[in-house]
Amino acid sequence: MEILAGILNYLAFFAITAGVYAVLTLGLNVQWGYTGLFNIGVAGFYAVGAYTSALVSGPPPGALDWRTFGGWGLPFPLGLLSAAGVAAFLALLIGWITIRLKEDYLAIASIGIAEVLRLVIKNEAWLTNGVWGLKNIPSPLFGSVQKGVDGLLASHPDLPTWAASLLKGAYNWVYLALLLGVIAVLYFLLERALRSPWGRVLRAIREDEVAAAAQGKNVAAFKLQAFVLGSGIMGLAGSLYAHYARFLSVEKFEPFYGTFIVWVMLVAGGSGNNKGAILGAFLIWGLWAGTDFLTGFLPLSDVRANALRVALVGLVLILILLLRPRGILGEEKFVSRLFKG
Amino acid sequence: MGGWERVPQLVVYGLVSGSIITLGAIGLSLTYSILRFSNFAHGDLMTSGAYLGLAFLALFSPLLPGRFGPLSFGPALIPATILAMAANAALAIGIDRLVYRHLRRAKAVLLLMVSVGVAFLLRNLILFSAGADPLYFSHHIQRAIRFGSIQLKADQLFILGVAVLAVFLLHVLLRYTKTGKAMRAMADNRELAQVSGINTERVVAWTWGVGAALAALGGILSGIENKLVTPELGWQTLLPLFAAVILGGIGSPYGAMLGGMTIGLAEEVSTAFIPTSYKPAVAFGLLVLMLLVRPQGLFGRK
Repeated sequence: MEILAGILNYLAFFAITAGVYAVLTLGLNVQWGYTGLFNIGVAGFYAVGAYTSALVSGPPPGALDWRTFGGWGLPFPLGLLSAAGVAAFLALLIGWITIRLKEDYLAIASIGIAEVLRLVIKNEAWLTNGVWGLKNIPSPLFGSVQKGVDGLLASHPDLPTWAASLLKGAYNWVYLALLLGVIAVLYFLLERALRSPWGRVLRAIREDEVAAAAQGKNVAAFKLQAFVLGSGIMGLAGSLYAHYARFLSVEKFEPFYGTFIVWVMLVAGGSGNNKGAILGAFLIWGLWAGTDFLTGFLPLSDVRANALRVALVGLVLILILLLRPRGILGEEKFVSRLFKG
Repeated sequence: MGGWERVPQLVVYGLVSGSIITLGAIGLSLTYSILRFSNFAHGDLMTSGAYLGLAFLALFSPLLPGRFGPLSFGPALIPATILAMAANAALAIGIDRLVYRHLRRAKAVLLLMVSVGVAFLLRNLILFSAGADPLYFSHHIQRAIRFGSIQLKADQLFILGVAVLAVFLLHVLLRYTKTGKAMRAMADNRELAQVSGINTERVVAWTWGVGAALAALGGILSGIENKLVTPELGWQTLLPLFAAVILGGIGSPYGAMLGGMTIGLAEEVSTAFIPTSYKPAVAFGLLVLMLLVRPQGLFGRK
């Protein structure tokens, strides 16, 4: 029973991380899956969301902190919204410069902004606490859940250890429920948007920009909207990560964890398909966690084991693109209701 | 502190790092103009070249010991560099055969995405086999030669000389050989090149080979200038490489040279005025500026 409780606790932790990735993948799907925009600076928008939310909803700087700014302690929903807002604003700036140019330029500019933001996080300690990281970011409802758990534990001292260990991990299930709620709302809204005339224009642009322009559509404006919306969702993911992890540091926004694995998730699940995006996030995160387990058996240093796992994920991406570019689920075909008869 | 009086010295550093960037940028530009996609794995080809160089250096050092006068390395570096360039060219052609060849008719953006996968695969295979700790090209401490307020190491003169030689040879290749003409023809119009009897697959192999050989040279020279290499070398160079290529006009090898020198100079000179830690951001700033003012680059065509 105790092993089962341990597995359940791990499962909640796993699902939360995969869920945050699902939000990132949904955001990337708006940009790449719907519109064909090549953003390989996902980590940048993710980081901006995480830090924004931590500064808006986090505690003021402590005595040992280097930072002198932010920590207004505002409610979690405000942190969430401002994370999305600031990431979207950043996307507006970048998109305004690059969206009219060739797709390569957007790719290069987005990778550039993600790298520059990492430099900012490392060097601007007044804002981000630099290499020491931002600590004590509050988790929503953590206090009340903890109080309830403590109360239960105190009134039932005879609980078996497995039940007590499950109860102690209860907050993770609360956070998971909240996260799944956000994913459900997001999924519903994005599906609506995809099936709307607006979503049809995006896909038309993806398939043939010139033809879409010839139909009188303002291609640049639609692309910019998709880019800003997708990046806003990535900012949202950053906030959801920050309030769960409660600690932010620059390593979490490295190109692999912040950008590359998100791409692999979307491509594996099926770009253009929101269900595929969510499936890909859970599947690839499962693969990543599973290989961690497997390389544990090999006589390798941490650095080498990790390198092997990243190489494997790279290989997975190449193989999918070569053998099954539509991913597992692939894009669903939409037929207008008028033609369904 | 510092400021203007440090500028002459920084110009020297800028020329050295500019020539290293140029060697990488030329290959990036060549693959772009002939294969028509931005190869995000090109930086990692510099890394693989540098590590191949180290491996061959370890092989030849016992056979050819000693150092050249004021330089930090000896005769072993010469065969090691040539073999590393050849091996890196073979590696790039091999990757092309295994991966990119199956995507000749695919959209450029799909190739771009595949190249991101190749980049992570290559870098982490290097990290896996060589470890994360820096590996040293030389432990020799060089004395700098003073020219007034400027200090210059013999290695740096060597790097500049080798880069100029490599660029000259590339110019001869592109301008006067049949292969070079075929490469330029294919860059201009792929279908027309094909119907006029050019073996496009051969040209593609040459493009990868030349680009990867120059990348290996750039990686090795970077190892000599910094004394060490890490698996992150290519990733850290990627942004300057793209900035150089965009500045010069994407797809123009001569533009890549000008762009490479400009980025190298700008990055180094900027350290007189802004914190060194923001050096990589300078390349990005120039890139964004160029995209705003003249997106086709200095030498690019619309």
